[in-house]
Amino acid sequence: MDINELTVMELQYHVEQLQGRYVECIDDDRLEEWPGFFTEECLYKIISRENHDRNLPAAAIYCDSKGMLEDRIVSLRNANVFAEHNYRHLISNILIQGLNEGVISVQSNYLVLQTKTDGATEIYNAGKYVDRIVVEGDGLKFKEKIAIFDTHQIKSLLVTPI
Amino acid sequence: MNAVIDTTNGSLNWPIDEEAGHVPYGVFTDARIYEVEQERIFRGDNWSFIGLTAELPDSGDFKATYIGDTPVIVTRDREGGINVMTNRCAHRGALVCRSARGNVDELECVYHQWKYDMQGKLIGVPFRRGLGGRGGMPEGFRMEQHGLDTLRVDTVGHLIFATFSDKVEPLREYLGAVIVNHIERICHSPIRVLGDERQLVRGNWKLYAENTRDPYHASLLHLFHTTFGLYRSTQKGGSWMDDKKRHTVLTASQGTDEGKMEGYDGLRTFNAEFTLKDPSLLAGRKEFDDGVTLVILTTFPNLVLQQIANTLAVRQTVTKGPGQFELVWTQFGYEDDDEEMQKIRNKQGNLIGPAGLISMEDGEAVEIVHEAIIRDQEEASYIGMGGGKAEDTEHLVTESAVIGFWEYYRETMQVEAGAS
Repeated sequence: MDINELTVMELQYHVEQLQGRYVECIDDDRLEEWPGFFTEECLYKIISRENHDRNLPAAAIYCDSKGMLEDRIVSLRNANVFAEHNYRHLISNILIQGLNEGVISVQSNYLVLQTKTDGATEIYNAGKYVDRIVVEGDGLKFKEKIAIFDTHQIKSLLVTPI
Repeated sequence: MNAVIDTTNGSLNWPIDEEAGHVPYGVFTDARIYEVEQERIFRGDNWSFIGLTAELPDSGDFKATYIGDTPVIVTRDREGGINVMTNRCAHRGALVCRSARGNVDELECVYHQWKYDMQGKLIGVPFRRGLGGRGGMPEGFRMEQHGLDTLRVDTVGHLIFATFSDKVEPLREYLGAVIVNHIERICHSPIRVLGDERQLVRGNWKLYAENTRDPYHASLLHLFHTTFGLYRSTQKGGSWMDDKKRHTVLTASQGTDEGKMEGYDGLRTFNAEFTLKDPSLLAGRKEFDDGVTLVILTTFPNLVLQQIANTLAVRQTVTKGPGQFELVWTQFGYEDDDEEMQKIRNKQGNLIGPAGLISMEDGEAVEIVHEAIIRDQEEASYIGMGGGKAEDTEHLVTESAVIGFWEYYRETMQVEAGAS
């Protein structure tokens, strides 16, 4: 794929496909496949708006390699103790902000609903994704994905990626 | 033998036993006990942690926070002093500060624009002398009688504490030498705040106070710890308290047990063969000459100060009724951290906080206890690991500091010795 050859509408389509497949992977609990949405060298960060707006670095999750993403999932599956739950991501307002030297800058809003075993669904986390997307192999991958969350009071804990 | 906890309109029996500690589950769930705790603990003769001096570097800086569930304001005044006052206008009781933090020339209530200086003194009342001869405050109204309620405030290291009490001993005496020394060990040079994380835990605040005084659970609940040797009960370490057993410091030193997993056979463990794909997460740097790599320091009633590998943080408990509390984590480093150290702290931030690889389970532990005990108020827990006495230990196979917490809790709550 040569992104410079794509029309604006085609680019929007491919970006939306990537975003959609990304959240579907998490919501369907195929977390072992989740690191595959990123390039080898990548940055994945979940940070509160409260810290981000003050230019403070403390992030809930900070991974600067695909290996760290894989380690998060192995830890989630084998080490961490948490209440069983499902996520449902809703994404909206996917805006391509720019295309520069093969890097697509994209911003979107997300909402994560969480359902535990009691069957009640609650709003778990709302925020925006700030992404930098590139072509790797035959498709688009995240070189950077930063989830900046408004919901800075995290309910119980955060273990499943957003 | 039992003691009786007076809950104003009722009472709760507290089993007392020489061999082990017991806590009647009602203390975690009873709303009347929660009310008494607010008066006797959070607004009583204890010092509560309310922030770091580095959060208020400049004159005019303020921070809104809570002691128990009472809203308070922390300020830096023109003279550089730190002040703490209730966040409640002296006029009609409205919140004065509605932002979590900021910098202002004066504090102003939005309701009727009463103004206070950074020390809480009332400096402005609109229409005080009326308008065109009408209205105005009564003859006897004195500005100096209507300031914000101020609290006693003091600091140790970079930590700010406040109390509603006129009677409680000075802060350093309240904390005791062991605790002060450990705070000063971590606060050895100026710090830089790295950010906050907030975690809402749906359980009683005292379940977390128990959790953070309990080295027994640390290697069993937090498997990530055990696997990577960040913490194992076989390591050199111990549990120390102040004279009144209300505060605790737990320490452990990585690399003092030759990686041994003695005693962990047959237990639920993280795959011992597991290695990190990216080991840079744990590639830290030695920071303290004493070799101590883990410190969990708790002060009664609401602070944890921690050093885990190269992560430094305070955790403040804010109560929100008997059934939930907010845990506010503030991570920090030192002002003179070089670039590599800043990277290490950012990366190791993955270990702690609500998404922390070795800390997320604590919220879960609190919640599963709270859920299970809801109807069994007269039933009690059994706390006996390490001998069931509130004594200092030079090992980590103990729950002694948990018992110390409850001994002081009964004292400060004025639990009466009663008939069995």
